[in-house]
Amino acid sequence: MSVRHALLALLSEGPKYGLQLREEFEARTGEVWPLNIGQVYTTLQRLERDGLVESDGTGDDGPQKGFRITAGGEQELAGWLRTPPDLASPPRDELVMKVLVAARVPGTDVHEVIQVHRRYLVELMQQWTRIKEAEAESDLGLALAVDAELFRLDAVIRWLDSADGRLKRAAADPPRPVPAALPRLRRRVGARL
Amino acid sequence: MSALELRGVTKTYGAGAGFVQALRGIDLTVEAGAMVAVMGPSGSGKSTLLTIAGSLEDPTNGEVLIDGTVLSGMSRNAKARLRRRSVGFVFQEFNLLPGLTAAENVSLPLELDGTGARAARAAGIAALEGLGLGDRAARFPDELSGGERQRVAIARAVVGERRLLLADEPSGALDSVNAEEVMRLLHEACKRGVAAVVVTHDAQLASWADRVVFLRDGRVIDQTAPPPGPESLLGAAPGGRPPGSHRLPGEGP
Repeated sequence: MSVRHALLALLSEGPKYGLQLREEFEARTGEVWPLNIGQVYTTLQRLERDGLVESDGTGDDGPQKGFRITAGGEQELAGWLRTPPDLASPPRDELVMKVLVAARVPGTDVHEVIQVHRRYLVELMQQWTRIKEAEAESDLGLALAVDAELFRLDAVIRWLDSADGRLKRAAADPPRPVPAALPRLRRRVGARL
Repeated sequence: MSALELRGVTKTYGAGAGFVQALRGIDLTVEAGAMVAVMGPSGSGKSTLLTIAGSLEDPTNGEVLIDGTVLSGMSRNAKARLRRRSVGFVFQEFNLLPGLTAAENVSLPLELDGTGARAARAAGIAALEGLGLGDRAARFPDELSGGERQRVAIARAVVGERRLLLADEPSGALDSVNAEEVMRLLHEACKRGVAAVVVTHDAQLASWADRVVFLRDGRVIDQTAPPPGPESLLGAAPGGRPPGSHRLPGEGP
């Protein structure tokens, strides 16, 4: 989460004080991303230095200092909203590595390893769903943040389900040789052992 | 007394080359007020488990108890009566009768069971109101949205004194927002004392349940631990300790 752009978004609604910015940031993100007070003020200083916000200039940096967004800040915010995050290069996923390794370690039942992780993920999802059930109807920000977490965990479980099925099928079929063009891609997704 | 209990339930179909062992010794207890989700891949025995729990099929071996009553000694008619009175079903495809209004669909099972038309209708309207559909009582299924139809089907499943709700992919035909609403309503029905078994392969739906049971090749291979309070997640670092590291006694491996 970019604190910098979250603050610009809050200031795009109108001028605000430092303390107000911190409170609104916490309210909007459903307290899923706690923020320390110092982070707000240091980020505001940098935004001011970069010409993206202006302060009323009175007194010290602190809760009572007022800030407003500049035209440059509005432009920066609009650009950030439309810039996709970097999802193109696959991350080195620890869970993927564990399942790949488990498939090779003698005496290890990879399906049992997969189930340990699946159960843990479902238990996490149950906890997020309880939060949504209890709170989210009155807190749209929290509902959206919890949904994002649920979809992320759900995607991991779907991968485990598909790995489970694929490994089961592979155990019945002999492996085929790897085509020559693939090693680089395999290295890139971390599948090379 | 549990709302539903399966003891050592097995189910086989066919013989010789066509022999299939769908369930291989299932022990499962569902208390009143609890929602249990059953997850597993296609062919793991999820739907068979549900039809046997609802007495639509007999197990090959083992016992099924609904509200403490053992089903195996009962006549076909007695079983059908118990099913009408105690068990509600919810399916992916809603299965509402198109020629009946929402209220008539919901009160039909009571009328079939001998309840007078007026009392059945009153119970039907009450069940619809409980699901926020009081103003839809006189509509026909084709005048309702998909989400509303499934809520009518849930009302039909819990109408009267029925205490066991069996659902097979109940929100499989709905988008994620409507699916969530269906699960929320099912969970609310459980908080009012209904016991529910929900079969699904979707972890987001299963996560509404109080307990998730994992089925593989006709066996219960694992289940979730009772969840800690939600406070444990707020402020917890991602990738922290697992939320539960112990299993319930007596079940699971």
